[in-house]
Amino acid sequence: MTELPGSRHSAFQVLSGMLSLPAGARVGIGPGLAALVLVAIVVASICAPLYVPHDPLAMDAMARLRPPSSEHLLGTDPYGRDIFSRVMTGGRVSLLIGVGAAIVSVTVGLAIGLVAGFFRTVDGIVMRIMDSLMAIPAILLAIALVALNGPSLGSVIIAITVPEVPRVVRLVRSVVLSAREEPYVEAAIALGSSMPKILLQHLMPNTLAPLIVQGTYICASAILIEAILSFLGAGVSTEIPTWGNIMAEGRSYFQIKPGLIFWPGLLLSLCILCINLLGDTARDLLDPRMKKREG
Amino acid sequence: MKFKSRDLSAARRILKIRDLRVGLSGRPDAEPVLDGIDLDIHAGETHCLVGESGSGKSVTSLATMGLLPKDALEVQGGQIDLEGFEITSATPQQMRRLRAQRIAMIFQEPMTALNPVLRVGEQIEEVLAMHTDLSQSDAKARTLDIMEQVHLPDVDRIYAAFPHQLSGGQRQRIMIAMALVLDPDLLIADEPTTALDVTTQLQILKLIEEMQERHGTAVLFITHDMGVVAEIADTVSVMQKGRIVERAPIRTLLTAPKEEYTRKLLTAVPNLAPRAGRAAPDAAAVLRVEGLEMTYGGGWFRTAGGVRAAQDVTFDIAPGRTLGIVGESGSGKSTVARCIMRLIDPTGGEVVVAGTEIAQMSRRQLGPHRKHFQIVFQDPYRSLNPRWTVARSLCEGPINFGTPKAEAMARAAELLELVELPRDAMTRYPHQFSGGQRQRIAIARAVAMQPDLLVADEAVSALDVSVQAQVLGLLEDVQKRFGIAMLFITHDLRVAAQICDDVVVMQKGRVVEQGAATDVLTNPRHSYTRSLIEAAPGRNWDFANFRALGGAQAEQGTTA
Amino acid sequence: MIAYILKRLLATIPVLLIVAIFVFLLLRLTPGDPAAILAGDAATPAQLERIRDRLGLNDPLHVQFFTWFGQMLQGDLGTSLISNTDVVDMVAARLGPTINIALMTIVISVLLAVPMGVIAAWRHRTWIDVAVMSFSVLGFSVPVFVIGYILIQIFAIELRWVPVQGYAAPTDGVGAFFSRAILPSLTLATIYIALIARMTRASMLEVLGEDYVRTARAKGVRENVVLFRHALRNAAVPILTIIGTGFALLISGVVVTESVFNIPGIGRLTVDAILARDYPVIQAMILLTAGIYVMVNLVVDVSYSFFDPRIRY
Repeated sequence: MTELPGSRHSAFQVLSGMLSLPAGARVGIGPGLAALVLVAIVVASICAPLYVPHDPLAMDAMARLRPPSSEHLLGTDPYGRDIFSRVMTGGRVSLLIGVGAAIVSVTVGLAIGLVAGFFRTVDGIVMRIMDSLMAIPAILLAIALVALNGPSLGSVIIAITVPEVPRVVRLVRSVVLSAREEPYVEAAIALGSSMPKILLQHLMPNTLAPLIVQGTYICASAILIEAILSFLGAGVSTEIPTWGNIMAEGRSYFQIKPGLIFWPGLLLSLCILCINLLGDTARDLLDPRMKKREG
Repeated sequence: MKFKSRDLSAARRILKIRDLRVGLSGRPDAEPVLDGIDLDIHAGETHCLVGESGSGKSVTSLATMGLLPKDALEVQGGQIDLEGFEITSATPQQMRRLRAQRIAMIFQEPMTALNPVLRVGEQIEEVLAMHTDLSQSDAKARTLDIMEQVHLPDVDRIYAAFPHQLSGGQRQRIMIAMALVLDPDLLIADEPTTALDVTTQLQILKLIEEMQERHGTAVLFITHDMGVVAEIADTVSVMQKGRIVERAPIRTLLTAPKEEYTRKLLTAVPNLAPRAGRAAPDAAAVLRVEGLEMTYGGGWFRTAGGVRAAQDVTFDIAPGRTLGIVGESGSGKSTVARCIMRLIDPTGGEVVVAGTEIAQMSRRQLGPHRKHFQIVFQDPYRSLNPRWTVARSLCEGPINFGTPKAEAMARAAELLELVELPRDAMTRYPHQFSGGQRQRIAIARAVAMQPDLLVADEAVSALDVSVQAQVLGLLEDVQKRFGIAMLFITHDLRVAAQICDDVVVMQKGRVVEQGAATDVLTNPRHSYTRSLIEAAPGRNWDFANFRALGGAQAEQGTTA
Repeated sequence: MIAYILKRLLATIPVLLIVAIFVFLLLRLTPGDPAAILAGDAATPAQLERIRDRLGLNDPLHVQFFTWFGQMLQGDLGTSLISNTDVVDMVAARLGPTINIALMTIVISVLLAVPMGVIAAWRHRTWIDVAVMSFSVLGFSVPVFVIGYILIQIFAIELRWVPVQGYAAPTDGVGAFFSRAILPSLTLATIYIALIARMTRASMLEVLGEDYVRTARAKGVRENVVLFRHALRNAAVPILTIIGTGFALLISGVVVTESVFNIPGIGRLTVDAILARDYPVIQAMILLTAGIYVMVNLVVDVSYSFFDPRIRY
């Protein structure tokens, strides 16, 4: 074998940018493209009621499982509902769950993590509880929570949040633990700064960059878990079209009507892909190891 | 002081570097990192490359090894000629065969330079496996032999040890054994003793010299330490900003440097001869430490087990005076500083600052007293919050103690002037300053509290020698102006000699000797203090005045 | 070493205890009458009373807990509310297919993912690296069941290489087993491979920048030896860790994959139990999977010392 090549080609740079391989501060067109696609999906989903040709809930017994036509762009489902209208509307709830779960888990995790990272007395107990929560597979915990609390939007968000919180707590705690060893924190102690002040002004800002990254990953995984919950029959009520619900209903028909799984699956995957790519880009840009110590 | 004065011009020329230029990869227009380096090394010669950080010393050595980090740096011109073989145009396979056989290298940090998951014996043997056809038993015999040559004790046990089970000095001996096992023509040593304690450093320097004499190896020795240079060099090349500004035989360079930059470097090296002690003031001590004790761990019953990082430490400091604690790594000197600052809670003893006992106070009780004692840390890159402006850092303490913001800001601006930084520094962030400037800001931050005691924990150890001199000057200036008592923690006897009135020598958590700096450093009573002083490289040379230190010491022999 | 393993085993007790308390409280603290939640809206008062009686919901909370906990320690996890069969028997009967598929998945994943990650790091910023990372990001972005259906569509429906769904035990014939297990294993493996390959690459990239790798090159060591002897062993600990924590992902994947491929394993059992609100089965599954997860990670922790001599217990 030979030495590592230091190859650089412009086509490669474009690709590596798209996949957001760590490349210093350089951001290729990839993340830009991902952001563009994501914005398009988000806007299309939010504005769906303004342009979809059919009521996504209107059933039509005479028009079941129609092939794509000018009237039904992607055909109709087993209840005669317009698939295009349902898929575009379905994004709204899926995205709402993703963003909601990300915000709730980051907020709750930040609060618990800061306390656990700084006060040794509570640290042991809190971390044992977090370890225990992490030992339960996320999907299992989430379906159990939804099964017990009912298929409302709120309970789905909580069900997705509960397994994510321990991961955020661990992240925040590890950042706080390493930051509190920094000489500038010790200097602040020597300067007589109070514990809450050190916690909020010196330590918390260190957690923001990794939390933004973690938040994007949680958002992506929440959308994914919502789909899986719906698929297993433990998601939001089937009257609300979500990507997951549409795919769940397509299960029994996937040999005759693969579009029921394919189209929402495509949009959902594209959406998650873009969020993950943006998360990777953010991580590479915010990772302190990538920054040079310049004098 | 004895210098090397061999004439090696007749010896075989091993390495010839001509007009070597190295720049950022893919950016030929950017400012070069190395700009036209010329270098010759003969068999048996020790050629020292000295310069401050960023001068290009290490880049020169990596370029010679063909180990430049490819996505960052590349050779953009010139030749590196190893007895007729051109390194800059060698293929990776050619380079691979060359390494260890013709050129070998040892690095600064023996802990990270050895693979932590492989036994050290295997790591030496691997060189033989890659480059020779020796049978496994022959290779092992040869490995054990070279390990004995580098004076490792109990080679059979160490052969099977992992790097973390060895001391720093032993690890560096392993590195040297690994580099020399195939008897290369050229050994590149990149700051090989910088991470080591001074007594270990001396042993390693002797070892390199011994091995060099035995095998006639040419040595390219990279260092920032003029003391080390004085001990070992035949020839010295002084580097600055990617160029070699001066080259001369060692005696010529130290007695009659031609270039302004060389003179500046040499004048900044502190003397090992302590300065005259200042008259002790009559005032009561600002800091009184009595029977201080710090034991880590030890379970529920602190009496048994645990690491005794400091025990029975007693001293005091009067206003306007400086007391230094010196010792090697693990001596407990920083533990004492951190106990006094109450960054850790001492397990016993008394610390009285400005008349108040603080060692046993609760954190809450301690709050109001914190303004009396402040600290400056070693690492200028981590001691300021990178997200805060300089002004905010400077005002943090005074605002905590009730100073109105406007007043604190005005005072911060005055302090910046005092530490010789421009006024517009207030609104800038730490990353916009150099290491020395950041250390000035850290000093200003401590002084803003108008403390009675300033603790400097290795405060100049991370700085280049010329910057070090300036910061030491600033500390003394501040001390004079405000009459602050200073506790100065350092591993560097030269620095201690320059700034301290009194010295405490610590070893393994205990004070072995203490007294006036002039007494302790010129007439050490304890054998450990003596060994520390004797191990200080170039200790008989007065670098700043380009001559030997006066008195009887100059007649003593050196390691050279 | 033995002492360390014992210590770690002891340390898992509080974690499992908290899981047990959590599972216990999950039902009892859910707003509303637990019996009504389990029985559904159409339940008669008699049915509700029967459920309360079965789960001991009429007793005070602490009495309920100690009764339940005591039975659990004796290996009695109750009987199903639906089929009235013993929960432990139900789970035991379904374990075989799940274990077989999970083992196959782990073998496939580790054998593929680790070399992928190593090569991606070695050829950092080349098309190989880009390809591995693309696969990895994609693996994270496509829902498990969509991958399952795509594989079924291609290999079962279009190419007709393997049956669409179903399961055959290895005892029914190796060919029958593999032809039915390969698609579910690949489906499950996708996200696991994505995870491990990504971590291997990141860990290798970090290690390849270390001083001792530079030392190895300075010794003139061949590149393959640098990669596998010097770098990979040092990169092993984070990779092992992710294999361990990723196990939770695998268990979650099992639940979905068994539904897609109609495999009669514990994943299917869980989904059926949840849809039927068969609470004794649900809590048994949560306890079982948490226990497996904790044990797998214990094994992973203990295996660190095999790769890194600095970790000694």
